[in-house]
Amino acid sequence: MTTNILLCGVGGQGTLLASNLLAECAMEAGFDVKKSEIHGMAQRGGSVVSHVRFGEKIDSPIIRKGECDILLSFEELESIRWAEYLKKDGLIITNSQHILPMSVSAGNAVYPKNIQEILSSKSIQTIAVDAIGKAKELGNQKCLNVVLVGLLAKRLPMIDEKIWPEMIKKMLPEKLQKLNLEAFQAGRNIA
Amino acid sequence: MKHNGKRAFLSGNAAIARGAWEAGIRFASAYPGTPSTEILEHCGEYAEIDAQWAVNEKTAMETVIGAAYGGARSLCAQKHVGLNVAADPFFTVSYTGVNAGLVIVTADDPGMHSSQNEQDNRNYAMMAKMPMFEPSDSQEAKDMTIAAIEISEKYDTPVIIRTTTRVSHSESIVELSERKEAPEREFVKDMAKYCVLPNNARKLHVKVEARQKALAELGCKIEFNRIEKTSSKIGIITSGISYCHAKEVFPDVSYLKLGFSYPFPTELIKKFASEVETLIVIEENDPFIETAVRAMGINCIGKDRIPVCGELNPDIIHESLKEFTEKQMPETVKFEGLDIPLRPPVLCPGCPHRGVFYTLRKLNCTVTGDIGCYSLGAFAPHNAMHTIVCMGASVTNALGIEKAMKEKIHGKLVAVMGESTFMHSGMTGLLDTVYNKGRHVTMILDNSITAMTGHQPNPASGKTLKGEPTKALNIENLCKALGFDNVHVVDPFDLVSVESTLKTALKDEQPSVIITKRPCILLKDYKPKVRLVSINRDKCVKCGMCQKLGCPAIEVNPEDGKTVINQALCVHCGLCAKVCRPGAITQAEEEVK
Ligand SMILES: Cc1ncc(C[n+]2csc(CCOP(=O)(O)OP(=O)(O)O)c2C)c(N)n1
Repeated sequence: MTTNILLCGVGGQGTLLASNLLAECAMEAGFDVKKSEIHGMAQRGGSVVSHVRFGEKIDSPIIRKGECDILLSFEELESIRWAEYLKKDGLIITNSQHILPMSVSAGNAVYPKNIQEILSSKSIQTIAVDAIGKAKELGNQKCLNVVLVGLLAKRLPMIDEKIWPEMIKKMLPEKLQKLNLEAFQAGRNIA
Repeated sequence: MKHNGKRAFLSGNAAIARGAWEAGIRFASAYPGTPSTEILEHCGEYAEIDAQWAVNEKTAMETVIGAAYGGARSLCAQKHVGLNVAADPFFTVSYTGVNAGLVIVTADDPGMHSSQNEQDNRNYAMMAKMPMFEPSDSQEAKDMTIAAIEISEKYDTPVIIRTTTRVSHSESIVELSERKEAPEREFVKDMAKYCVLPNNARKLHVKVEARQKALAELGCKIEFNRIEKTSSKIGIITSGISYCHAKEVFPDVSYLKLGFSYPFPTELIKKFASEVETLIVIEENDPFIETAVRAMGINCIGKDRIPVCGELNPDIIHESLKEFTEKQMPETVKFEGLDIPLRPPVLCPGCPHRGVFYTLRKLNCTVTGDIGCYSLGAFAPHNAMHTIVCMGASVTNALGIEKAMKEKIHGKLVAVMGESTFMHSGMTGLLDTVYNKGRHVTMILDNSITAMTGHQPNPASGKTLKGEPTKALNIENLCKALGFDNVHVVDPFDLVSVESTLKTALKDEQPSVIITKRPCILLKDYKPKVRLVSINRDKCVKCGMCQKLGCPAIEVNPEDGKTVINQALCVHCGLCAKVCRPGAITQAEEEVK
């Protein structure tokens, strides 16, 4: 059985750390893992996506459209942009925050309204949470990514729950560990 | 690099660097370029590898050739178009061969995620008659780097490792080993080998042709070229990432996986083809393997169905080859009629390039552009660019346009490039401009770093790849030495000076250079003084001046049409306050402590 997780967001939101954390935990849990993302440009603000696949043996690092189990979205518009990757009974977990694309902030395009309604009209199960609010509450909005990983971890029973905090400690510098361990727990507890 | 234990989760690029380290490579050089950049960055993490950023790909290639002659196992890496710049020494080192092992990495970019073309550099292997590996994942990227060094020394040839974006930037599990130091190889004077005078080169070419034959034989038995036999109905020949994608769609057919794809292992291909009923070649971009298969008189399915343009993925392979599988395409949700606004990359808030494009647009200049973060000046709202060809072309394109259009263009023409591009291949064009009496203006946008590719230091930064201090180039003096009498230096945040300097320079009969100097806002140890920017929305008259800056932190409130400053994004550069006509946006006098 292969598990396909697509992480999407806006450059600068910390999707890279989230996808690294997920991949390392899946590896620690004994799975074959592949991850693919496109990076290169230093600029912030573009649409970013990471594919993470794990299971017994993984061939392509890219998730096929229609085969993604969980879409972990860091921004609401991005959740619908990538929704076509979801499989039939797939799940979206999204931060409810809106970050306006330039075309919208300049008044040349509109940010689609009622994204949640559009998704549910297609029978897509969505968990939308104010993860950025939670991160701010914890004292640093940068831990948004780990809050979201907490939400995701709860839905991945094949990865032992003890692995996550251990990996957070392994991957992050000491001064950031406490905040991120709290963020992870907070994420698990939200929904 | 720190790895706990014997396995690590590495990108293809990190795995190549690891392979270089394990193979005893001592020297590496490159000019950055997506998707190859991280190879050298990772090489630099190993104390045993002397890794350096070169000024361009040609100097990198020539330096690693020298290092290999000198007895150090060496590596250079470049993006696909980088090999064009390095092509001159590249073709000839195939003749001279090496002394210590030499690996040349080319990282191609099918789909052009961050490139200006999608040339398939496998063709370079054939043209230069050099052996080539094509890894499919990170484990292979490491193993093939080690094998490449062995083959390089055994067959006296440089060896190419050809990756693509999806191999370089995908991560997978890699088994780690220890480093094996290489025995010293003395550099012995051997003019017949190392001096490619025509008479020597003629003999070297004969050697190269013999080497090709020996390597094609090697290709038929090397473990990286393997037949995976399941049925005799369908057989697929494939290489690189296409192998991984094909496996998703056709898990049960037979494969000939070519990891050491050039010189073509002719006998192996013929054997495989004879054992299957339908032969399919799956490869990205050009029909490289397919053409060789057809030249053997073997019929196959390939580019008649699979697209040449763009990156492949399992969906495209499935769609192109539907009739060969019973599997259905996965079902997907569609959102018909929904307009999802795109989110392309934009100049960051506080980017020093922004004011330059604002001014170029304001003065309605004809702008020959170049490749760097400032290429984004071609996007709305600036749309301030007329040409982009390749690194360094801004200045020479401008010179050519002048020659064609003469007084029709005088006083309007501006070439724009970054400081890394200037050193890479811009300065030769500037010399051409002086020598051949051009008179356009060249702007060098000096942000102290090679930003586009993720912040590599360059000769103007005063720091090496390993972070050691070194002599910093004075660009202004260099431009003067090239023969420019008019070299201006301005702060790109000082819009008044940028505009007046540009106006003066455009009027001048002599060619001039304007250097705009201010560090990239994302630079780690750059902490500019901050004076807060705020808006009094009562004074906003919706004139739209601030919108012309194309700053992500400036938003229009859809209800009243007035400007809002997004405080989460704003870095208080103050440009918007400078262009705000009614004085609604202001910048505090006091600096934040
Ligand atoms: C021949 C070649 N080598 C490398 C690249 C990759 N590349 C694109 S832009 C760039 C550097 C840009 O640096 P600079 O000119 O200083 O501009 P900045 O991005 O810092 O604004 C590089 C290395 C390329 N496109 N072509």
